[in-house]
Amino acid sequence: MTELKRTPLYALHKELGARLVPFAGYEMPVQYPAGILAEHAHTRSAAGLFDVSHMGQVRLTAKPGQNAAKALEALVPGDIAGLMPGQQRYTQFTNESGGILDDLMVTSTGDHLLLVINAACKDADVAHIQKHLAATCEVEPTFSRGLLALQGPLASQALARLAPSVAAMKFMTGAFVVIDGARCYVTRSGYTGGDGFEISTPADRTEAIARQLLAQPEVKPIGLGARDSLRLEAGLCLYGHDIDTATTPIEAGLLWSVGKERRAQGGFPGAAVVQKQIATGASRKRVGLLPDGKAIAREGAEIVIAGKILGKVTSGGFAPTLGRAVAMGYVERAHSANGTKVELMVRGKPVPAEIVPMPFVKHAYYRG
Amino acid sequence: MADVKYTNEHEWIRVDGDVGTIGITNYAQEQLGDVVFVDVPQVGRNVTKGESIAVVESVKAASDIFAPVSGEIVEANGALTDSPGDVNAEPMGKGWFFKIRLSNKSELVGLMDEAAYNTFVKGLG
Repeated sequence: MTELKRTPLYALHKELGARLVPFAGYEMPVQYPAGILAEHAHTRSAAGLFDVSHMGQVRLTAKPGQNAAKALEALVPGDIAGLMPGQQRYTQFTNESGGILDDLMVTSTGDHLLLVINAACKDADVAHIQKHLAATCEVEPTFSRGLLALQGPLASQALARLAPSVAAMKFMTGAFVVIDGARCYVTRSGYTGGDGFEISTPADRTEAIARQLLAQPEVKPIGLGARDSLRLEAGLCLYGHDIDTATTPIEAGLLWSVGKERRAQGGFPGAAVVQKQIATGASRKRVGLLPDGKAIAREGAEIVIAGKILGKVTSGGFAPTLGRAVAMGYVERAHSANGTKVELMVRGKPVPAEIVPMPFVKHAYYRG
Repeated sequence: MADVKYTNEHEWIRVDGDVGTIGITNYAQEQLGDVVFVDVPQVGRNVTKGESIAVVESVKAASDIFAPVSGEIVEANGALTDSPGDVNAEPMGKGWFFKIRLSNKSELVGLMDEAAYNTFVKGLG
C-alpha cells in the first residue's frame, strides 16, 4: 500500500478529534466528534469549514501570443472564452465519445485561468492538459496549496469579518483577497447547494487561516461525510459515481453547463456525440429518486420499472435536511418523466420510489 | 442479574430466562456513526444463528445484523423507527433492536463475556 498523503490541515484535524480515513490517496476527515448529522445541520443553518486541499489546483497561463481560454475550450464543452475576469464556470473534460474524464471549476483572473479538479483525477488531468495544451499554455499544478470551503448561510458574515470585500461577491465569481496577511484566491462557490466560498491558500498559511475561520462563532469543522450528504441533497454529481467516462454531460443533465455557442460550433472532444444527443435526446438520463418509507437505496441498487431493470442508482443516502432517503440514478429516457413510479432493489427487496425533480433541497446561492 | 454476551460482529445479547434482547455495542455504534434507520425483523419469524436478520443504516453505510442465537423473534423495538439515534445514544439501553426466544441455549456458550469482548475490541486497534 502506498503511503497516504496529508493536507496542510492534518495536525488540525487530529487536534479536533476527526476520524481520518483514506480518500483519493489522502488521509482525510470523514467526520469530527459532532457526527455527520450535526455537521450537516450546522452547514445548512450556520457555516461549515471543509478541508478540500486534496483537490487539485492548476494554473493555466497563455504563452505569448496565445489565449488560454480558447486553448482550454479544445478540452471542455463550457464557454471559457466568454469568461470575464473574475468569473467562474463549471465544466467537464470530455473524451472522444463525449464521456466525462473529470468535472472541474474554471475561474479567470484576467491574467490566467485557475482550475480546480478532483483529487482522484488530478494526475491524469494534468497529463491530459499538458499533452494537449503545452504548446499554447504554461500548465502549473499547484497541488501543495490549501483549499478551504466555507459553506452555509452564515459563511459570508463569518468570512467578511476577516476579509470584508467578500460580502459583495456574487455566486460563481472569484477575486484575490488578503486573509490574515496571506494572499488567497476566493471564489463564491461550493458543493453544498448553499451559499459559500472556496478559499485557495498558500500551503504554509492554510492552518492559520483555518484556525481564524474556526474562531468565528458561526463556524464549525465539517468532514467529508457531510460534504457527501450535502451535495446529494443539492442534486450535484460526484465524479466516479454519478458521472464517469461512460456518461456524457447530456445524459447527466449538465446541458446547462455546455456553452450556447459551443453547442452549435463544437470543437471539444466528443462534440459530435454531444451535439447529436442535444438534437435528438440521450438514450438515458440522470434523475432524482424519492423512495417511500425509510429504506435507503445506495449506489448500485437496480431501478426497476414495470418488472424490468431499466437503470441503476449512482448515489443514494439519507438526506438529513429532509429526514428521509433520496437517491439519483440513470434510467432510459422513455421512462424518465417526473412522477414515474419505480422500484429500487434494496438488499433483494423492491422499495417503491418515484422519479422527482432535483435538487432535493432548494439551492440558496448568493446572486446579489 | 441478566447475563450479557457479545459476538465478534459487535452485537450484545442480554438473556433473561429463555428470551435474549439484542443490540449493537458501543464500539459498533461509534464505528457506524449516526444511525438513521434500523430494519428490524418481523415478530414471529424463526431465525438461525448466523443468519442476517436486520440492517442498521448509518449516514455512511448499511450494515447487516446477524442472529447471535437461533430462535423466534418475539419483539422488535418499534421506537427505533422514529428515533434511530437511540442506537447511538444508548446502544445497550433503549437502542436495543429485537428479542429472541432462544431455541438452543447452548449456543450462548460460544459467545464472549464482557472481558473477552473488551480484549477483542482492543485487538482491533
